[in-house]
Amino acid sequence: MTKKQKKMLVRILIAAACIVVLELLPVEGALKFALYMIPYLVVGYDILKKAGKGILKRQVFDENFLMALATVGAIALGEYTEGVAVMLFYQIGELFQSYAVGKSRRNITELMDIRPDYANLLLEDGSTERVDPDDVEIGTVIVVEPGEKVPIDGVVVEGRSALDTAALTGESVPRNVSVGDEIISGCINQTGLLKIETTKEFGESTVSKILDLVENASSQKSRSEAFISRFAKVYTPAVVYAALALAFVPPIVRLLMGMPAEWMTWIYRALTFLVISCPCALVISIPLSFFAGIGGASKEGVLVKGSNYLEALSQTKVVAFDKTGTMTEGVFEVANVVPAEESGINKETLVELAAYAEIHSSHPIAESLIKAYGREPEAGRVQDVAEYSGHGVKAVVDGREVCVGNTKMMAQLGLAAPQVVSGGTVVFVAVDRVYAGYIEISDRVKKTAAEAISALKKVGVRKTVMLTGDRQQAAEAVGKELQVDEIFAELLPADKVTRVEQLLSEKSEKEKLVFVGDGINDAPVLSRADIGIAMGAMGSDAAIEAADVVLMDDDPKKIAKAIKISRKCMRIVYENIYFAIGVKLICLVLGALGVANMWVAIFADVGVMVIAVCNAIRALRVKNL
Amino acid sequence: MKKTYKIDVDCANCANKMEEAANKTEGVKSAVVNFMTLKMKVEFEDGADPAEVMPRVLENCKIVEDDCEIFFD
Repeated sequence: MTKKQKKMLVRILIAAACIVVLELLPVEGALKFALYMIPYLVVGYDILKKAGKGILKRQVFDENFLMALATVGAIALGEYTEGVAVMLFYQIGELFQSYAVGKSRRNITELMDIRPDYANLLLEDGSTERVDPDDVEIGTVIVVEPGEKVPIDGVVVEGRSALDTAALTGESVPRNVSVGDEIISGCINQTGLLKIETTKEFGESTVSKILDLVENASSQKSRSEAFISRFAKVYTPAVVYAALALAFVPPIVRLLMGMPAEWMTWIYRALTFLVISCPCALVISIPLSFFAGIGGASKEGVLVKGSNYLEALSQTKVVAFDKTGTMTEGVFEVANVVPAEESGINKETLVELAAYAEIHSSHPIAESLIKAYGREPEAGRVQDVAEYSGHGVKAVVDGREVCVGNTKMMAQLGLAAPQVVSGGTVVFVAVDRVYAGYIEISDRVKKTAAEAISALKKVGVRKTVMLTGDRQQAAEAVGKELQVDEIFAELLPADKVTRVEQLLSEKSEKEKLVFVGDGINDAPVLSRADIGIAMGAMGSDAAIEAADVVLMDDDPKKIAKAIKISRKCMRIVYENIYFAIGVKLICLVLGALGVANMWVAIFADVGVMVIAVCNAIRALRVKNL
Repeated sequence: MKKTYKIDVDCANCANKMEEAANKTEGVKSAVVNFMTLKMKVEFEDGADPAEVMPRVLENCKIVEDDCEIFFD
């Protein structure tokens, strides 16, 4: 609690104690009035002061003014206890609100507490010096000890360790790093001492970009928030005018009809109106729900750039996505090895020969072959390596002539290569000028990709569409495996925009289209879609800038999770809107009829606000969605 | 030109009122107040000098909500 809040709490306690004592004292008349003024002024003097200032500045629809009017009115009618109680509960409500808001502010800031305070600069004599991360230049070597945050993006030059990336990605499994690995700022070094050569300035580092994004999130207001602001603007004056009418119209009508006016009754009813007139419950709980929702999402590694995007995300009906890097790893891998039967060569030998032939090549395909071979190739077993650009490689391995390449290479050797239908790249192998088989190399589909698509269906996404620049065959193979509804292949970046525009025109206004991409060449599509989701903020600046939502790790399952988080948040927002407006309207009607007294009005004001705030904070809990 | 300022205000409705008051200030193209992060984002009109506009924004905010502060130094 802050000092201000503690002071308020003390005032509330003193006033409450006074009321209890006064209720038990048998005093009447002027003395009673004077005694009740003690708790009233203790708890409400600031409200009265603000109300006075408000009148001078012609701000009559100010809550302070309304509260002052309602309580002074009640006391004037002789309802001392109620008058003081209204002020007391109003202050309790304000205190609770300020405490709850402060607490969730702190909670959410703590969640994203990744700001490094210092960097350890490595000096020439081997010692270190603590400096402000802002002062570290690119190419400087810094030391990160176990337990410290990595302050700046860089490359490991010495040491090995496990990094805790949970604050950035929500991923709990630590990442192992050693010399040569790039590491990003914001991670926590867990086990070993690391020396890092910085590759960026602090301001350009991942941690700064993310903090900037988080701090500026929710400055874009959602439609619900705009609605509440407009509603609040109309609601308070409307209720005040209604109160005015209630105080004067019925008694005058009664007088005209020859009945007793009952001024006291109607003025009392009008005063209950004033107590209900504060729109606090709505005005605080809606932004708080969004704030908590965005905070909860960032804890799960989903950064949402504004509450408007969270709102739109809940209406997602069409999801379009890129293939390479989004649904696949973007890393090539041997998927299938098919030796020719008549050659008498087994799978292992085929891979071994191909790997040796490609030993000096740095092509991703060569790397995937060597990786599939699984051992360190011995350079001595290979001679006379020759590369034929656009065809393949020829080399002598253990005295046998091995040719690895495409159909053109086989044709050049006078061999007939079989027609292979494949989603990836196919390399053919010939040994001593005899066809020996083929190896299929493909980009690996992410482990969670199929699950991600079915999860999207489960949350009510009507259509999933894959847009890729890759070949038709490759696209179809992946698309089928993932059970995507529509596939468009061989698209240039501009074609993707056209496709997305077409998809946008096919759906209704209320259905939202999400595009998920890895951000670099997808930037135009990301900004064209209703909501652009970028995969893997780790390292890609374009992703952070172009997208509306950023998934910190590369897990496509987080798309459905983000939608679920947004739905929960929106459900809470609507619950609060309906609940708060509903209770207030009912209490207004009951108050006008004389059924509800000032105690009910206090509940409609303070009680509803407390409940709505508690409900709003629920949006923060999204772990098990 | 856009600038973000830290603010201090106690209630959400007061923040809304500040936003409205800021938007009505001369030299301000648009202003957004975020009560949760206690920040005011102001987009100034072309040629307006923030150092000159901001005191006026604060003055207008003080009219609708006495108990508020904008930090613009």
